Formats: sequence, structure tokens, C-alpha cells
Amino acid sequence: MKPMNIYLSGVGGQGIGLLTEILSRACLAAGHTVHGCDTHGLAQRGGTVVSHLRLGEAFHTPRVPAKKADLVIGLERLEALRAADLMLAPGKAVVYYDTMYQPIHVRMGRQPYPKNDVLKRVAKEKGARVERVFVDDLPDPRMQNVALLGRIAALGLIEGVSTQVVEDALREVIPEKALDSNLAVFWASGRAA
Amino acid sequence: MSTLNDALTRPEAWSGMLMGNHALARAMLEAGAQVMTTYPGSPTPEIAAALDAVPKDARRYYFEYSTNEKVALEVAAGASMNGHLSTVFFKSVGLNVASDSMIQLPLMGLEGGMVVVLGDDPGANSSQNEQDNRHFCRMSYMPMFEPATPAEAYEMYIEAARLAREQRTAVIVRMTTHVCHAKQVLNFGPLPAREPDWTPRFDPANGPYIPIAKTVHPLKRRALERLEAFAEKSDASRFNVILSPNGSAPLNGKRLGVISVAIPAYALLENLTQTEHSIDILKVGLSYPLPRNKIAKFLTDHDEVIIIEELDRVMETEIKAIAWEEGARCRIMSRTTLDELQGELDPNRTNDLLARHWPDLFEPEPQGSAGDQQLDVPPRLPQMCPGCGHRSAFHAIKAAIDEATITVGDIGCHSLGNQPPYDMGQMIYSMGASSGLAAGLSIGNDARKIIAFLGDSTMFHAGLPGLLSAMLYDHDFTLVLLENGTTAMTGHQPRPGSGEIGEKINLVAMFETFGVKLIKDVDSYAQAKLTAAIKEALDHKGFSVVIARHPCMLKFVRDQKKKIPGFKMPQVEIDQETCDRAMVCVEKFGCPSFTAHEDGSVSVHTDLCIGDGSCLPTCPVNAIGRPKPGAKK
Repeated sequence: MKPMNIYLSGVGGQGIGLLTEILSRACLAAGHTVHGCDTHGLAQRGGTVVSHLRLGEAFHTPRVPAKKADLVIGLERLEALRAADLMLAPGKAVVYYDTMYQPIHVRMGRQPYPKNDVLKRVAKEKGARVERVFVDDLPDPRMQNVALLGRIAALGLIEGVSTQVVEDALREVIPEKALDSNLAVFWASGRAA
Repeated sequence: MSTLNDALTRPEAWSGMLMGNHALARAMLEAGAQVMTTYPGSPTPEIAAALDAVPKDARRYYFEYSTNEKVALEVAAGASMNGHLSTVFFKSVGLNVASDSMIQLPLMGLEGGMVVVLGDDPGANSSQNEQDNRHFCRMSYMPMFEPATPAEAYEMYIEAARLAREQRTAVIVRMTTHVCHAKQVLNFGPLPAREPDWTPRFDPANGPYIPIAKTVHPLKRRALERLEAFAEKSDASRFNVILSPNGSAPLNGKRLGVISVAIPAYALLENLTQTEHSIDILKVGLSYPLPRNKIAKFLTDHDEVIIIEELDRVMETEIKAIAWEEGARCRIMSRTTLDELQGELDPNRTNDLLARHWPDLFEPEPQGSAGDQQLDVPPRLPQMCPGCGHRSAFHAIKAAIDEATITVGDIGCHSLGNQPPYDMGQMIYSMGASSGLAAGLSIGNDARKIIAFLGDSTMFHAGLPGLLSAMLYDHDFTLVLLENGTTAMTGHQPRPGSGEIGEKINLVAMFETFGVKLIKDVDSYAQAKLTAAIKEALDHKGFSVVIARHPCMLKFVRDQKKKIPGFKMPQVEIDQETCDRAMVCVEKFGCPSFTAHEDGSVSVHTDLCIGDGSCLPTCPVNAIGRPKPGAKK
């Protein structure tokens, strides 16, 4: 299997830990050797949070080096842009959920929130593919993660990580009572691919 | 879904993916550790979360959150003197608090053995510095292991515990942030079948335990003798190994090698596996005492060696001494620039070190190893959560003070008060330092008012001596105790006196007993009252205390959801007709639940608002309100 660096970025509180947990289980089930790590601690409080997943036997350290990510997963528009700029290797892919959480500098009017086309421009400069995910009438904002997973699986962006493999991981991790509504979002987002 | 409880208590051998901290907790149970203590601090609190996930009646060990790191270390040391294997763990700067007792550990006979797990933080991911605690093992004569992965953390802990028991001493396992938080699949062993032996075996004959005058030198000699025994073990250790991913052969007529430790050693391995260069890595794992003979041979066997470690040039200095003493003719290179001596090392950075020293063999990273941000986009700093009582408190306090007022911060979630739009807490020093600093700032100062902030957990950790001293000398400042009833920043560990462990402590009564002359106790959401209380306290000549209390709302909402499924407080709304776009809620109060639009309007972000209503008093035209009962969105 080809080695792959996956970098995830979002806003503290969006549930990036759970997203990474499901994705790493799916990668293991698909037969990858997995190293990874998540942000913990103070940075969780509404700041940028990141997770790293490194697939392949050649990797021994947990963090994706700058400009070496094969796949950037953004849970929020600005964080997708920041991550694409910092981490994305040329010719790769960004998948992001199209929601906006304004940081304080934006709310205070010190700096504008970047326009939609900035991410497209950065991706174009890097020869990268951009995939926007958005689901109307999401029952719970925490399901943005599941919508991202649905799209990533349907597009086959990670070797061996099929819709079935991710669905199995979801069934392991999501509590019984929330499973049906999450799976509905997962499949809907996958169909929109 | 498998839980932390399962991961810790499965009696048989098993394998699965865990983070380094959780793997360490499992290792403690496999090694038969009986007493574990800590004070929470990143990057180590997940060790505690794992130990605490096992129901109390199912534990074969004792675990406690002590009031601070020094106490935690003393509790573990006492248990070890009684013959029980013990472990204390805390973050890097926690060692500064614990060091008065830590320095004595190797002088004592620790019958049960003891492991000290340090969570160092290269890169200062969640600490006020990136101090290199490898210096401390040299100062205290304590052996040290340095794992590079969760698997090594697990294995090295078990080995450290075995040696600590055998040598009746304490051994350090030094973790770093991204070993603590790294995840991989690990192969665990079984838990011991035997029940723990709680016989109290303390015997003064195992001492002496009283280091005064003529006993100090024999105790020190014993510590040094143990260290000599560990030096032999270091040379024989399977954790000090040579890795040759591309074989060992001269390159351009020279034999090349790298000596490295912890994560940088594996970053180098990644660099080498992307080439065909036959360069050897001496990867050090039992790093103090260094494997002297292995290093001497490595230096003799190679013509050029680069020493690559994170943070200070600790290992390098000793390796150069070995080279001198052994007359090694090897050329030794290292990190020298100020940039190279700071921060974490990842494969990009180790590659650039290789490229600087061996430019014929390695190319530097094209865009710089740090991969700096190219775009000018707004930063996203951590911030107080929606509903945080500290936000309400800072907003109210700001209305009570003038520009000249000096505000002294402390450590905790309220440290975030130094960020815009509050800009309060103009200095942050160390845990509980605010009272001492404020006292010093008040001396000879009749011109400027002073406010010191302190969190409630931090007060019991190291804040009490400072505030007592300020009270005794009646230093002229106001201490604002930001009381949220928990240790919020590190994940809601219980704080003394909250009632979660032991009895409740009435803080007002406590300050009264101390003899504080002016004490105010206000809910932080009552902003007008809090502003008035601060003004009155600042006008008071001498030491005064304002308790600005409100429960941590992150914890409150989580607790309520556990009790009442589907618990939700109604989110606030903005009446767009009433709103005069004064922007106080967005720009001055700064709750992340407000979104500012380009047309100048403001809306409530429904993903974020928790319905706390702390924003209600901030609007000058009362445009923020609760939805009317029965009204549908």
C-alpha cells in the first residue's frame, strides 16, 4: 500500500478527535500501518485544532511534516485554507466542510474572513483538487464530521478505505441511539460525490 | 466501543491502538504499580483519565489527584518507602514545583521502587516554556528513559519499574508531548494474576531516611553507586541500539553516523529510508547514564558523527567529553544555530540538519523546514468557551478599572484574558504567582491600582502561600479569585474543596478566617454587581479579595446532558430591528457565538450558542433576548 500523510484541521469543539478516531479505525481495518496524534490541552478551547494520520511502514513519527500532506481534511473553511497553505503537498487534495466560525480578529474587524475563492486559488497554485462538503438541514453540527467521512469514502481518497469500511468503523464508535441519524448523513454526503 | 476501562482492566494479553498516555497507564497496571499520583497538566492528563476510568471498586491500585506536583511526588515516595511500587506523573514545569522533594528521592531507600513520569513539552505546545528536564536527572543522579513512541513508552515504563524495584530507587521516564499524544497499535501483556500486597513494610533500617550532617555523604555515595550500576545497564540495554536502514558501508570513503534520542531519532530514520545512504543511527533510549562504551565505540567506528537531540545540548556535551577522554578522532557536528536549539524536531527539520552538515548527500527542504504560513489569514487563538464565567467577569472588571491599572494574570483558562478584546492579565509567570507579583508591584506604588487574577484550583496548588503573605503584610491590591469549581483547562479534574473529593470548603469563610478585611463574593454573570464590587475593592487601601464565581459552563452542560438526555438551554436571539449595531456583543464582550456580517449586522451562531445568556446585560439597547415561549424558529 502506498504511504500517505493525512492532516486534519478544525476549530476546538467541532469533534476532530472523534473524526480522527473513526478514520484511524477505518485505515487500520483497510490494512494500513497507522501512526497519528491529536491536539490536546489548552488549544482545544476554540482555537485551531489539528490531527495527523500517517499511513505506511516507512513512518515512525506521529506528525505530518509541513508541505507533505497528501490529503487535507478541513472541518471549517478558514482552517481548511490555513491547513492547505501550511501542509498540502503539490498535486494532492483538500476536502472541507463549508461552515464558518469567525475568530476574534474577524469579529473585532481587525482582519477580514477570507473569501471563498482564496482556497480555490491556493489549491490551483498547488495543482490540488478541492472538494466542498455541505449538507442542508444537518440535525446536529457535530455531524459535519460524518458528512466529511461520507464524501472521503465515496471518492475513495484513501486506499482501501471504502464506504463499507468507514461504515463499520462508525458502527463501532457512534453510540447506538445516534447511529441511524449519523448513517443517514454519511450516506447522503457520499451520494452527493 | 472499547472503553478506557476495558483497555486497562483486560486481564489477558491483547493488542490495539492507544495513545502514549493510555499505553503508560496500562503499563503501570501490568508492572504491578500500586500507588499512582498526579497533578493534572498537559501533556500528561490522559494518563490520569485512564487510571480514573476504572471504577474505584475494581481498582487494584490507589490513584489520586494531589493538590500539587510536590505533594503528588511525596505521596508516591511515601508509598514506595512502604514497599509499594509507585508512580507520579506531571507536566514539565510541574517538576519545578516538585523539585524540592524530587532532588531528595535518589538519596532515600525506596523499597518498592518508584517511577517518575515527566511530560516535557518541546515546542511549548501547552506550557509557559519548553524547559529541558533532562538536566534534572544529572542534578539528582536519577536514571532516565526517553521513549520515542507509545510502544516504547509502554516497554520502557515496564523496564524502568523493574529496575527501580531492583535498585530500590526512583527512575524517570521522560515523555514529550507528541509521544504522550501519539497513537499506534501496541501489543500489551497480561495483568499480574496476584493480588497486590498492601503490607506496610517501612523500616528505618532501610534508610537512613534522615539526611543531616554526617549521613548526607553516605547517602550521596549510595546514589552515585546506583548510578554506576545503571551505567553498566545502559551499555547493555536493548533500548540503546544502532539502526542501519541502508546497511553500514563507507560513503565517499567516510563512515558516517548520527547519535540521536527520542522522536528525532525516528525522524532521522524516516530521512534515511528515503535515500540509499548507508549512515548509522545510534538511537539512545536509556539516556542517563549514557551508554558510554557504546558511544565510545560508535565514535571510533565513524569518521563523522552528527549529534541530534531536541532542545538543549545535553547529550552532546557529555558525548564530546567521552570523545575527548577516549581520544576519538571522529569529527563531531551538532546543532548550533539558535533556531536549531528551539522547538520540536520533525523529519523536515532533521533533514535540514543533515543537509547543512552533509550538503553532498541531502538537499534542504525547498520551502524551509518549518513551512511557514504563506497567506495572510487571521489567526485563530484559543478562546474562552461560549458561556464562560471568566468572559463575563473580564467584561465587568474592564468597566471598573482605568488605563493605568496593572493587571496580573495567572495560569488557567483565565490566562486567555490577556487576549483581545479583554487584554487583561498583563503578565503570566507560573502557577499561583499572581499574588506575589502583585505584592511586589504594589510596594511604594500609590499611583496605580493593581488587580491579581487567580483560579480556584491554582489557588490550592501554589497560590495560598502568596496570598497569605500578601494578606499578612496587607499589600495594597485586589485579588480576583475566578472560581469555576474545577480544574477546567486540563479537563475538569476535581479541585480541593469543590465537594467532588473530600469536604466542601467555603471560600468566603476561608478568607474570613485568614483575616482578609474586604471580601466580595459575586456571580460573574451579575456584571453590574461585579463592576461595583471591583471598584469598592480597589478603593480599599490594602489587601482585598473579590470572588467572581460561576461554574465552568463546558462542564455544567456536559453534566446536565448526562443527567437529562437532550438537555438544551434556549439560545439567545438578536432582534434586528432593535439592534443599533453598537457591536458590543461581538467586539467587546467577544463571545464566539456572535457572527459579524459584512453589512454590519450581527447574528447568533446556532452551532455555538449554549443559551447561557451571559451576553444579555452587555447590549446597550437590549436587542439580545431569549425566544418567546411557544415561538417557533
